[in-house]
Amino acid sequence: MERREFLKKTGQALALAAITGGTGLLFNNRQKFTYDRLMAKTGDFAVPADSAFPGMALAKNNDHVAALNASLDAMGGIKRFIRPGDRVTIKPNIGWDRTPAQGANTNPVLVAEMVRLCLVAGAAKVIVTDISCNDPRRCFLRSGIKEAAEKAGAKVILPDDDEFVKTDLKGELLTVWPVLKPFVDTDRLINMPIVKQHSLSSCTIGMKNLYGILGGRRNQLHQQIDQSIVDLAAFCRPTLVVVDATRVLTRGGPQGGSLDDVFVADTVFCTTDQVAADSRGAEFLGLTGDKVSHIILAAKSGLGMIDYRAAGYKEII
Amino acid sequence: MTIATVRNLRRISQVVFFLTFFWLILKTNFQVNFNPANPDEITLPLPVSIALQFDPLTALGTLLANGTLFKGILWSLVILIPTIFIGRFFCGWVCPLGSLNHWISEFPSERARRKGGRKIESNRYKKYQRIKYYIFFFFITAALFGTLQIGLLDPLPFLARSIGTVVLPTIHTAASGILGWVKSFGLGPLSTAAQFAYDLMAPLFLTFRQAHFHTILTIGFLFVAVMILNRIFTRFWCRGICPLGAMLGIFSRYAIFGLQKNEPACTHCNECLLHCQGADNPDIGAPWHQAECHLCLNCQGLCPTSALKFKFLPEHNLTRTNPAPVQKVDISRRKVIASLAGGVALLPLLRSGDAFAVNANSLLIRPPGSAAEEDFIARCIRCGQCMRVCPNNALHPTLMEAGLEGIWSPILIARIGYCEPTCTLCGQVCPTGAIVELTLKQKVGGADITPNRIGTAFIDKGRCLPWAMAKPCIVCEEWCPTSPKAVYLREETVYDRRGNGIKVKQPHIDPDLCTGCGACEFACPVVDRAAIYITSIGESRSAENQILLQRKGIAQSNIRKG
Repeated sequence: MERREFLKKTGQALALAAITGGTGLLFNNRQKFTYDRLMAKTGDFAVPADSAFPGMALAKNNDHVAALNASLDAMGGIKRFIRPGDRVTIKPNIGWDRTPAQGANTNPVLVAEMVRLCLVAGAAKVIVTDISCNDPRRCFLRSGIKEAAEKAGAKVILPDDDEFVKTDLKGELLTVWPVLKPFVDTDRLINMPIVKQHSLSSCTIGMKNLYGILGGRRNQLHQQIDQSIVDLAAFCRPTLVVVDATRVLTRGGPQGGSLDDVFVADTVFCTTDQVAADSRGAEFLGLTGDKVSHIILAAKSGLGMIDYRAAGYKEII
Repeated sequence: MTIATVRNLRRISQVVFFLTFFWLILKTNFQVNFNPANPDEITLPLPVSIALQFDPLTALGTLLANGTLFKGILWSLVILIPTIFIGRFFCGWVCPLGSLNHWISEFPSERARRKGGRKIESNRYKKYQRIKYYIFFFFITAALFGTLQIGLLDPLPFLARSIGTVVLPTIHTAASGILGWVKSFGLGPLSTAAQFAYDLMAPLFLTFRQAHFHTILTIGFLFVAVMILNRIFTRFWCRGICPLGAMLGIFSRYAIFGLQKNEPACTHCNECLLHCQGADNPDIGAPWHQAECHLCLNCQGLCPTSALKFKFLPEHNLTRTNPAPVQKVDISRRKVIASLAGGVALLPLLRSGDAFAVNANSLLIRPPGSAAEEDFIARCIRCGQCMRVCPNNALHPTLMEAGLEGIWSPILIARIGYCEPTCTLCGQVCPTGAIVELTLKQKVGGADITPNRIGTAFIDKGRCLPWAMAKPCIVCEEWCPTSPKAVYLREETVYDRRGNGIKVKQPHIDPDLCTGCGACEFACPVVDRAAIYITSIGESRSAENQILLQRKGIAQSNIRKG
């Protein structure tokens, strides 16, 4: 055997061995890798309570931007919730392929104003996103939210299959679920629900709106809707809940469709208490918090107060 | 202009038309314009099906089958009329499938049988080239009697269907698969590079969501077979199968542009035969077949002694060694008559099956705005544009759901995707009017106008959670998009096996309101076979396929006559 041939053959053998060994090592890591993908993310973005301000402030004004500002100012202003440099995620309800007038999605004017306020407060980045039921491209378009939020300076993200993180929600019913990254990978989370009727949970307001952070087969959650809502609310604690009650869908929810089902209330209210938000919101549908089972269960679980007046309540009419 | 320039022009023309065709299919997709002037009506910005409207065979087939020239189909005259004067320029210069066949045929190969003498021999006119004329006569006669099957082999729908439902989704699946595989190594830079490559190609080639199509292996198999055949016989499809080529061949019968052979100049080097695309015998010593020539001009370009020239009103000398060109299309009368007879027999043969008695397929849900089934079959060319454009991946090619007669025509499979109430894209892209474009108002209905229905929903009470398993669930009602909702709930007390009374809301369907969109079936959490499902009964397009004597909104004027 010549030296040249010897070197060549040895080289080939080494290369093959390296490929084999390398492949083995790579695949050996797979288990660990998938384990790492289950991210220990937290959904707690709450700010400390401040007794100087009411727990909830409600404003009624047919100028919806003014209503939002009045309500937020009464809560201590945007600066109480957003620090300069924060990454902020805003979660409106963009569930359905419906126009703003049909009252199935959050009012785009309010979303845009919220984006603007966050940027004014010095937020480094404002993301607006939601996991829609219908085709997200259509929902984001027809709801008017994409255009309005982008004009105001937000980054609007359409949910993408690659953008989910497996997260342990540590709930009774909800354990490991895929959650859209911006909802856990952020500094501040602002929940911006709209008040709607729902035939199983009675109402879709703040806590039910959090369904929109989940991927996977969430339609199966209706089998235990109350527990799933409470699990979600226990995991996901938004910085602020801004409830859109400008147009309230009183029938045919959560998708609506008919303008006859919409009641114009021209109201916006802000709170840091999710249970209180739902309790107050339910009143627009002719309910009270203590009649709605998931609100009762949430209050029992210590997530907030059904009596929204207990922590201070201010109305600006 | 030298002949070399003209050949280069032809090459440019082939590339441009192919890319345009491909690009139009890529654009047959819901790419949202986020600053729309009128968001209530979402329309595609481009007339993406225009290429199909230039197809003379589609024009002739639909004209014979349903007696109308739909929309822009008159554009096909732009192809047809020049063909009468100069011959099959379309095949050599324009046809995207022809170009694809050309390139795959000519792609360099080391295989001996494609070189030298064998290649020359394979490029001589062969009897099998007559087959395309018999196919043409067969399908055209069938169309005359009302069954439009021409789209199966018409090159433009063939290519549109193959690219839209097979090639692009396959690329998508492969790209996602490779990306996931590379990422699974967990090596940061590698994942980033893979993601970067993916993100580069995604906006161009990939749809927003991966499309999964029903039963596409048949379409894919045929497409691959046609491509592979090129490696055995140059442009086998164009020479032997293509009914559009046959039609254009027939129309080029009186062409005044053609090949003039200068016999004394010829040295019999056979250079012309080596690169003849149409197998039309350009060489001296054989009769030139006008109807087979694709006007690729290779023979003239490659002839070292300039013995071959294309010109208007060429002289055709008949000498002892050089037969005159064949002016007539080379077909035998007997076989043409047999083809015609076959075409006549096709419709009764296809419609003698049981689907035309009482048990038509109840799961055959046609897209919204579809014509009544008979008219639909007389219009649909199976181009797959509706399937490609559907944002919910709801439309799929049938295999046998519509019988053999309707193979690859669109069917809605609600489990995969429902019909978005406010979407009218399938009607916008249909080139032949099989699916009529609805306005938003016509689709969803209003106070004065009934909605378009594609079927009716039914509940399978043996699988429905509140009906069969004493579990709450209202997802179908939640998703029902009509207003008021066609799915309504009644609260009942049901008992589990221990006898505990449980209050659940059981879904019911109001047939007056249901449009059959399938959102309920799509969303039903009973994952495999849904507990609520749609069937075609009650569809607006059919006067017969109705469930109730008087159903609110079934106005006779609203039903299309066949």
